[in-house]
Order: sequence, then structure tokens, then C-alpha cells
Amino acid sequence: MDVLNFLLITASGLFFIGVYGFLTRRNLLTMLISAELMLNGAALNLVAFNRYRWPEELDGLFLAVFIVAIAAAEAALLIAIVLRLYRNTRSVDVSDITELKH
Amino acid sequence: MIEALLLMKHEMSLTVAAVVFLLVRLGRTRAAATYARLGYLLLGWCLLAGLIPAPPGQLFAGLFVTSSLVSMQKSFLTFGLLLLLLASDRWLRRHDYVPEVFLLLFSSLLGLFFLISSGSLLMFYLALELATLPIAALCNFDLQRRQASEAATKMILSSAFSSGILLFGISLLYGSTGTLHFTELPQRLNGSALQVTALVLLFTGFAFKLSVVPFHLWTADVYEGSPVPVTTYLSVISKGGMVFIFCTALYQVFQPLQAYWHVLLVITAAATLLVGNLFALRQENLKRFLAFSSIAQVGFILVALSSGAELARAAAVYFVLVYLFSNIGAFAVVGIISAATGKERLSDYRGLYRSNPRLSWALALSLFSLAGIPPTAGFFGKFFLLMSGADGRQYLLVAFAAVNMVVALYYYLRVVRALFMEQPEAPLPIVTTVLPERAALVISVAGVLITGLFSGAYETIARLI
Repeated sequence: MDVLNFLLITASGLFFIGVYGFLTRRNLLTMLISAELMLNGAALNLVAFNRYRWPEELDGLFLAVFIVAIAAAEAALLIAIVLRLYRNTRSVDVSDITELKH
Repeated sequence: MIEALLLMKHEMSLTVAAVVFLLVRLGRTRAAATYARLGYLLLGWCLLAGLIPAPPGQLFAGLFVTSSLVSMQKSFLTFGLLLLLLASDRWLRRHDYVPEVFLLLFSSLLGLFFLISSGSLLMFYLALELATLPIAALCNFDLQRRQASEAATKMILSSAFSSGILLFGISLLYGSTGTLHFTELPQRLNGSALQVTALVLLFTGFAFKLSVVPFHLWTADVYEGSPVPVTTYLSVISKGGMVFIFCTALYQVFQPLQAYWHVLLVITAAATLLVGNLFALRQENLKRFLAFSSIAQVGFILVALSSGAELARAAAVYFVLVYLFSNIGAFAVVGIISAATGKERLSDYRGLYRSNPRLSWALALSLFSLAGIPPTAGFFGKFFLLMSGADGRQYLLVAFAAVNMVVALYYYLRVVRALFMEQPEAPLPIVTTVLPERAALVISVAGVLITGLFSGAYETIARLI
């Protein structure tokens, strides 16, 4: 198995573990971690494709760098919001966020 | 240098406005009303700067692309933001953190500008996050309210999830084509399985942001929990910007894969119309009601876009303009009454006509326009959408959309009936409006009445496509 295949399988694994975690976990911080896994799967894909399939230009690498930066910003904001939610509800469990429902 | 400034006129002027609000906190603290007035002035300035004629062109090696159509779309969005801020004057004046509201709203609008102008998936992703993240912070603006925290949590989690899916789609697309540029992508698309998977994932990302069924679940909760100005921004400005870039993505970038996205659009359009309308029927909170109504409206846009006809783009842009007036009009009334009395339920609005006839008429006209009753602009917006939908010979879908218009009529008129014909148990007090609110209401009602009858608007847009 060549390196590209290995990297792509790892990336898909990361992504789908992220999706699974996001949909099944009930703790907001674990959901954040799962979302980050999804982003990292995508970033790994981009870097692998860039290095082994399209090495002439660096488009994929650039996007991966920006993904890392934006994921940090997103995590900072999410943690701030979750902290605020904790102050208001004393819980970080999604099952307790039930005030808004149809 | 001058040329670059001219091409980025909207972005430059808006950046200046945002920086002013970043620095304004350094001086001594002023009254909220002063900040609000400064904000209106700066946004008015952006609107004027956007009207400077500029040639089409691109910057940063094709990352940033602009044309007269894009420029006009940006002016629509700036105008819409100004209108909604004027309408929420009372809410703004009650807050201590007005500069932050403006800073966040301006950053998000800047993100939307870059989004519409993006010429590469790199720029697209950056702009999308810039447009979304400030709004998540704004949803949580009433820090003590539990509902606001919930809304913000739901907003940012769904946005993180959707951008994850979107990015995975982008990475697959990059893997199979080797480029992120919108101009090169169409030539390298050949409909391979990998590319179709990427298309589906990208479409899912878009569907989250546009709140297309089945990815709409966050919409109503976020709309209900956020302050009314933020809800208005989400449902009008943010959604408008997303529709614009969605048109570009479908009609330019993914043109070669039309056979595939046609199917996606037809299915989701039908589901969106059905679910949006059915859930709107049973809402008692007006913000939730408007949320589901806005989901259903997106369904109509999808019907038009699925046809693949070139005119569908013009119809969608025109509809966004019409929708901007009608939805801001409706939300303005809800916002004014919510800020003055704290009431948002439909039962509180019974007999509003007796105490506040002008507000009732403004709300009724906006709802007529949303329902698509002639001679309001909403009728013409829907008409052009369905006509271009019929261009693709998908008469079944167009008929389904037409049936849904009738269903929608019921719930819009239910609100109008409550306003004009029902007896209130505890009537709302007389709400006096201040000058900015009145200006916003007059402009949006005028927009609702004039844009439809004045046929120049649609033709101008169609010529620019």
C-alpha cells in the first residue's frame, strides 16, 4: 500500500470518527473535539493530495494552514459560548439544552 | 493601487467602518444613541462608496473576483443591514455594548462580501467562516438569557459540523482536480464518482447555511433564542449572501455536473417547501413562525435554481431583493413590539390593529408580500422564480410549489386575521415609534409596494447576469 492510500484512509477514518462522535456524544466539549477531528481529516486529505498527487502548486497546503487557524478561532468562540451556557444552566450536556423546542 | 481600491470599494469602506468601532471604545464612553448614530452614518457611507462605478476585475491572483452583478449584490446587502439596524434602533439604544454589535455585524458583512466575490475555494472557506463566527457571538448577546446561550450553542455547533463536511468535500474535489480556482474547476470536472461525492458534501455544507431541509433543524431554535436584529440578519442578509454564492457555485463552478445537482435540488426543494410550510402552520411564536416561513421561501429559490435556466439566477437575485424588503418589514414590526413590550407570541398580537394601526398595516403588507399576493413585490418575485423553474420543463415540481403557495397563504393570513379581526384579551399598549424605526418601516413598505410594480428592477438584474 503506497503512502497516499494510507494517508487517505487515515483522513477518512478521522473524518468519520468525527462525524460519529458528533452525532452520538452528548457532552458539548466532546462534540467540539469531534468537530475538530472532522476538520483535521479534511486538512490531512488536502496535504496528502497536495504532496503526492498535485505537487506543482501549494493550494492544498495553504488551505490546510488556514483550516488550522480557523479551527482555533472556532474552538475559542465555542468554548466561550459553552462557558456562558454552563453559567446559565449548570450543565454542558446537550440533553439539558431543551428550552427551545418546537 | 487606486484600481485595487476601486475594485474592493465595498470591502475597503466596510473595513474602515469596522476599525472605527474597534477604536471607538478607547475614548471615553458615550451614550448608546451616539454610537448607534455613528453606525448608521458609517454604513450610509459604505452604501455611497459602493455606488462608485468600478470596472469588473480580479485581484490576488484570482482569489477575489468582482463584476457589476457582484457589486450590486453587495450594495443590496449593505442596504439591508442599514435598514435592519434602523429598525432595531430601540434595541440598540438599550444596550451598553453597541460598538461591539456594530463591530461584529460589520465583520460578518465583510465576510459575506468576500464570500460573494470569492474566486477560489480557499477564499470561499475563509469568507464563510468570517461571515458565520461573529453571528454566533451575536446570538449570545443577551448574556444572562438562557435561551440566548442555547441559540448560540446550536448555531456554532451546527456551523462547525457543516464546515467540517464542506471542507471534506473541498478536499475530495481538490484531490480529483488539483485546483481550487473557480475558473479552472469546470474544465476539470468530468463526473467521476469522487467528484460527485465532493459535490454532495459541498451541497450539504451549503444546505446547512441556507437551512434547506433536512439540514434546517438549527434554524428555528437559533431564530427564536437570538435577539430580533440578529434573527433578521440571519434570515435576510446572511441567507441572501449565501443564495448569491450558491448561484455562482451551481451555474459557474459545477455547471458540468448539472445532471447530478439537478436531482439534489429537486428533492431538497420539494422537501424544503413541504416541511417549511407544515411546521409554519403550527407555530405560536412569531419569530419561530418567520423562521419556518423563511425555510419555505428558500424552497422556492431552489425550485427556480434546479431548472438550470440562465434566467433562474436573475430571478433568484431579484427574489432576494424583494425578500429583503418584505422580511425586514415583518421583522421590524416584531422587533419594535418585542423591544417595547417583550411580547412575541401570536396570541399577544390579537387586535393589534385597534391600538397600533400603522404597525399592523406594515406587518400585514410585509406578510402579503411573503405570501406572494399581488400587487406586492412578493408576487412578482415568486412569479419569476416559478417561471424560470418551468423553463426546465419540470412542471410537476412547479405545480407542487404552486400548491405550497396556497398552503402558505393560510398561515400568513392567520396572522393578518389575528391582527385585524380578533378581539384581544389583554390588548397591547400603544407603541410609539422613533424616527429611525419609522424610516425603516416606510422604506421597507415602499420597497414591498414599488419593487414589484416598477419593472426596471428585474430587467436591470437580468441584464447584468
